[in-house]
Amino acid sequence: MTAVVGTRQLRREDPELLTGEARFVDDLVVPGALHMAVVRSPHAHARILSVDTSGARALPGVVAAFTGADLRDEWAAAMPCAWPVTADMKNPEHFPVAVDKACYSGDAVAVVLAETESQAKDAAESIVVDYEAMPAVVDLEDALEDNLVIHDSLGTNVSYTWNLEPDADAVERAFRDAAHTVSERYVQQRLIPSAMEPRGVCVVPQPFAGEYAVYSSTQIPHILKIMLGLTTGVSESKIRVVAPAVGGGFGSKLNVYAEELLCLALARRMKRPVRWTEERSENSHATIQGRGQIQHIDLAADATGKITAVRVRLLADMGAYLQLVTPGIPLLGAFIYPGVYDVAAYSFSCTGVFTTKTPTDAYRGAGRPEATYAIERAIDALAKEVGIDPAEIRRRNFVAASAFPYQSVGGLVFDSGDYAPALQRALDLVGYDNLRSEQAERRAAGSTRQLGIGISSYMEMCGLAPSRALASLNYSAGGWEAATVRILPTCKVQVVTGTSPHGQGHETSWSMIVADKLGVPVEDIEVLHSDTAISPYGMDTYGSRSLSVGGTAVWLATEKVIEKARAIAAHQLEAAEEDLTFEAGTFSVKGSPDRALPLAGVAFGAFTAHNLPDGMEPNLEASSHFDPPNFTFPFGTHICVVEVDEETGAVALLNYVAVDDCGNQVNPLIVEGQIHGGIVQGIGQALFEEAVYDPDGNLLTSTLADYLIPSAAEFPNIVTDYTVTPSPTNPMGVKGIGEAGTIASTPAVINAIVDALSPYGIRDIDMPASPQRVWSAIATARSAKEARA
Amino acid sequence: MVMKVSMSVNGRAQDHDVEPRVLLVHYLREVVGLTGTNVGCDTSSCGACTVLLDGESVKSCTLLAVQADGASITTIEGLATDGQMHPMQEAFRENHGLQCGFCTPGMVMAAVSLLQEHPHPSEAEVRHGLEGNLCRCTGYHNIVKAVLAAASAPAEASA
Amino acid sequence: MIPAAFDYKRAASAEEAISLLSQAGDDAKIIAGGHSLLPLMKLRLASPSVLIDVGRLQELSYIRDGGDHVAIGALTRHRDLETSDLLAKDVGILAHTAGLVGDPQVRHRGTIGGSIAHGDPASDLPAVVLALGGTLVARGSGGEREIAATDFFRGFLETALEPDELLTEIRVPKLAGGWSYQKFNRRSQDWAIVGVAAARVNGGTGVALVNMGQTPVRASAVEAALGSGASVADAAAKAADGLDPPSDLNATPEYRRHLASVLVRRALEEVGG
Repeated sequence: MTAVVGTRQLRREDPELLTGEARFVDDLVVPGALHMAVVRSPHAHARILSVDTSGARALPGVVAAFTGADLRDEWAAAMPCAWPVTADMKNPEHFPVAVDKACYSGDAVAVVLAETESQAKDAAESIVVDYEAMPAVVDLEDALEDNLVIHDSLGTNVSYTWNLEPDADAVERAFRDAAHTVSERYVQQRLIPSAMEPRGVCVVPQPFAGEYAVYSSTQIPHILKIMLGLTTGVSESKIRVVAPAVGGGFGSKLNVYAEELLCLALARRMKRPVRWTEERSENSHATIQGRGQIQHIDLAADATGKITAVRVRLLADMGAYLQLVTPGIPLLGAFIYPGVYDVAAYSFSCTGVFTTKTPTDAYRGAGRPEATYAIERAIDALAKEVGIDPAEIRRRNFVAASAFPYQSVGGLVFDSGDYAPALQRALDLVGYDNLRSEQAERRAAGSTRQLGIGISSYMEMCGLAPSRALASLNYSAGGWEAATVRILPTCKVQVVTGTSPHGQGHETSWSMIVADKLGVPVEDIEVLHSDTAISPYGMDTYGSRSLSVGGTAVWLATEKVIEKARAIAAHQLEAAEEDLTFEAGTFSVKGSPDRALPLAGVAFGAFTAHNLPDGMEPNLEASSHFDPPNFTFPFGTHICVVEVDEETGAVALLNYVAVDDCGNQVNPLIVEGQIHGGIVQGIGQALFEEAVYDPDGNLLTSTLADYLIPSAAEFPNIVTDYTVTPSPTNPMGVKGIGEAGTIASTPAVINAIVDALSPYGIRDIDMPASPQRVWSAIATARSAKEARA
Repeated sequence: MVMKVSMSVNGRAQDHDVEPRVLLVHYLREVVGLTGTNVGCDTSSCGACTVLLDGESVKSCTLLAVQADGASITTIEGLATDGQMHPMQEAFRENHGLQCGFCTPGMVMAAVSLLQEHPHPSEAEVRHGLEGNLCRCTGYHNIVKAVLAAASAPAEASA
Repeated sequence: MIPAAFDYKRAASAEEAISLLSQAGDDAKIIAGGHSLLPLMKLRLASPSVLIDVGRLQELSYIRDGGDHVAIGALTRHRDLETSDLLAKDVGILAHTAGLVGDPQVRHRGTIGGSIAHGDPASDLPAVVLALGGTLVARGSGGEREIAATDFFRGFLETALEPDELLTEIRVPKLAGGWSYQKFNRRSQDWAIVGVAAARVNGGTGVALVNMGQTPVRASAVEAALGSGASVADAAAKAADGLDPPSDLNATPEYRRHLASVLVRRALEEVGG
């Protein structure tokens, strides 16, 4: 049998998704379920003077309606934040339904339960809430001034300040001695993750057993189970969480949401199933948003453009409350602001502030896209300052291949890397020199269609781990992952994983890993997941961790099963274990190939237990709980080519080349899909997407007509290629790839636009680089030029 | 107010009494019981709810069930025949044109309709032909590849 | 996502639709394809008490050669305009622009009559009909009347149609000369941030603008400048003269004015002499 790992295997997940057989939460048929509708504050900031539910309760089909005060006793604890980043971090108490005050537009103020969804929606409109509107706190720098404190009990809008400054003197020295410095300010606009499936929850109680089955469109069934127990007071052992088919997450379903707690508490209270399906505008208001930072980055360099120090100051928008890991998100970037460059002096500080907006939290890349954006934009600014080509300045600063494992100035050891070949490959694929010539020709000819070329050489840290490192960050969970592999009597294999896929194809990839190790056809391997009753241990799916941590756990559990099988085979073949080889699913005695036992025979023998070694337990099953020794650090170079129409400000994408290195690849087809999707999401931030709030804190982009998720018509094809530098920290040599595209692409696009407009002296353009912004930057630069002339 | 509606869904006659405000997508999902058609937005932007009405792609969230009275509807569940996936479904699988799969039923239906109208589209025509369908996972690259592959496949790519 | 409840009446003929309209009062709405109205109803921004469905009036779905003009039934779908050989030959701008409305699914349902009767300044087809100097035929309890497109759009989502009138036909002149439709947006499926329809009609050049005011508007200053022999560039510079373009997430009035002049210039260059 030939190896399948490393080959483009079609996904086993696809047929049910392609035919409509797959069941998302909203597809589940649950007899007798009550439909929950949530009444949400239309104000960003308002005292709740009174809530009158009587009109709603009188409507047909309405079973109950509750205010925040009515439900206060349902909660054993407030909504959880599992990442208290500093000992003195301020965290306002936060309940699923607001009691005294609404702190963002979309904050829940009442809920209604009715027999049908239409009845629940109609009733929600009949609930009368008397608000005393207060001024909104929208701007981050304004929030920092504490002119209006949102949470009275905290006395300030500042949640925390977190510093990473290994050697302050070294940084100061480097800036003092620098031949060149650049000092840049970038704005990371808020983004709405917009998984295509809005969230959904359905809780089915068994009142006399005291048990609850929770179906949720979540990335984290295991973490959710624990948090549901802690917040509602239901014993964790009485809660089963199932994530059925989940339609994308991108971090937005890596959370514990009010509606999940509400459906459980109300199912307990009403002794009936309770379900809720999010509308898109609710998703915009009440599902977490991403990014939301103001970044100051300073680089010091010597005369040749070699960077000597990086200094970063962040202001990060928490939104109105701290959700599950809100405060930690900006810090996930803290370790990689120096990027792919060999930097000796580094200083980082981040202050998290509250605003009257939807809470922020993890969105694809979570902290690392922001960091990569800042360094990759700033190094282009430095290249201009020094007067060298953007490709050349990167070469001069790359961490050398010989330096790995590389002790970075931020404290982490980068596992493996070879940055220059990926850059060179990307330059070759895009035809860099020809593009530069064409750019010069267009400029000389006075064309109104300027060409821009943007480079982004990135690295990132993913596979959140090891647990001890997470402890040092005060993260309230580990970084391990669990797997169980069992070989059934007929030699079919069950793989149980603690990861919780929602589009990543774990069933396909995990079965490939196991197939190669066991010599069993992939079709004979079943992968079970996303149900805490089936897979009791797991840390779920986020942070590009699943393959390098969860896949490795599968690999290790399979090893253990093979070792047990080897002992049984040795016993039955009357040979020493060390004299057995295991190849293509058969144990045979070295030198006597006729003395052999196929795995199927061992599996059946383990089941009958008729002839096992003394003291050995029956059956072939093993588990692994893998706690990785390090993060993994994928890298690469992306190059974007744009054409800017100077007359209208429109930016057209002409070409996009991505050369990525995620170490060894299990399924290149899936790797490529992750890269494509990641790139397009990152380009979305660069050109299209922004959660726009008005000064009163109203979200102006709450529908997909206003929040511009690009379509196929807005993109060219993407050219992908790879280098392969295996990770030494796991047996398969793999690294995460789920977020790399998003991390790399945003600065590539903006660098390309700024490159196109550099003759105007334009150094920056806010994201998204809408036609109006581009046009206005050109118009401003032109009038400044005219004023000078 | 309740209205009688009759239509053929995936070749089967359906007759029900519905409120006029029931959208076709809710009728298909909740009354007929076909949950393959998804709801992704509330502004006719995302296309997840795309079905064929008399052979043409429509957004079933922007159509009342009563408006479809008498029509012939094909949903994603009606594409496969005799246990064989439709060539467009096969092409999506072969080309990894889906990840989470939530936009997929709508995307596939839009693609089937597109090829009926343009049997041999260029890449640009495919991209524009899918302008009404949003996907957050794939970056569209492999979706476009799948549709082009279906267009050039020897088997006819029609519903 | 779920509209508020309403009564639904299906008209079997144009006459019945008109009689239902006059009975139902101000709160009634006509629904054809529903692609302008239903999205508003789902967000509960519109809650009519009665919907009168004219979607099945086959008698109002046609594209006919009227000699010097083409007559189009109000219930003709965008898709039918897009694929009409007659329009491609004689009124290319209308077939082309219909193919740019929304997305294919919208074009399979949306109708020219619905688009024009809705009177949305951001819609594509009203500007085309305006630029062409088309004629709109309305039928009501008092009989049938013709309304010049230039008199039809009265205010924001407000037209010359009386409450009991149904738009039944759109007449556009056949074109002998060049035409252009410039649609500027960020995503292909979106409304135009600014659009320009321009065509040689009856020896002159008609120019109309999308999303440059409360209604679809003619670029009168451009037309006048061209009429008095101005160059394309000079005429285009007047694109926004006298107009008060809206402000939204995509564009300030200032940017819209600028875009209008660029797009009018491009349109006129494409139209040619």
